Amino acid sequence: MEAMFRQQIGHFADALSLHQRRGELLASNIANAATPGFKARDLDFQAVLAARAGQGAMMTSDPRHFAHSGAAADGAAQFRIPVTPSLDGNTVDLPVEQMEFAENALRYQMSLNFLNRRISSAMGAMREE
Amino acid sequence: MELNSVFDVARHAMSAQMVRLNTISSNIANATSVASTREAAYQPMRPMFETFYDTQAGLSTTRAAEIVTLERDPVRQYRPDHPMADGDGYVFTAAVNMEEEMVEMLEAGRQYQNILETVSTMRTLLARTVKMGQG
Repeated sequence: MEAMFRQQIGHFADALSLHQRRGELLASNIANAATPGFKARDLDFQAVLAARAGQGAMMTSDPRHFAHSGAAADGAAQFRIPVTPSLDGNTVDLPVEQMEFAENALRYQMSLNFLNRRISSAMGAMREE
Repeated sequence: MELNSVFDVARHAMSAQMVRLNTISSNIANATSVASTREAAYQPMRPMFETFYDTQAGLSTTRAAEIVTLERDPVRQYRPDHPMADGDGYVFTAAVNMEEEMVEMLEAGRQYQNILETVSTMRTLLARTVKMGQG
């Protein structure tokens, strides 16, 4: 029971911290919207979350094992492919970044709501009536 | 200088945009100032933006690396009645292009708004996270 609870909470907690990380990266992109030569970066959210849940990368149990992970599953940010290339080499597409940011904020709120529900239902179960 | 959170990113980016707005207001304020010589005339300024990376945190922001003066020839005007006119009756006015400055100003203002909006959204989310489990 405890392990299950922890697992369920942990999944949303992972998602929450990833959303925050992604929000910071998107804020970096928006901050650099007018800097010549800047390359926009983003996380592959699904791949990183799957890796954190233990579904992406292969586990290694020996130092001689090769660490194999899926594409950029180690949490590294990847460069965004620009929709419209610009002359100054900047790959920030402001509408794209703003939409991604808005969606990310909403998903953060969703994860937070799920966490809150789980916590309050667990509290309800513990409380004596 | 290190970037630990979205607040650091926003702080530096907003101050860079503020530097940009300040140089624009200097340019506009000096648009009609005159000088007796070509060298003494006001030269319009522009900040050069560059990206600052914090490789440890994986975040980046922008900053005004330096402020350069635009090498533009001051406009020579024949105004013999002007007290600052030279021997031939000419004064030199700053080569400030007002339309260009207005466009720059609007863009800087929008960039400032964008980053402010971003950081306030993140702030709201973090504040809600602090209250997690209390609702």
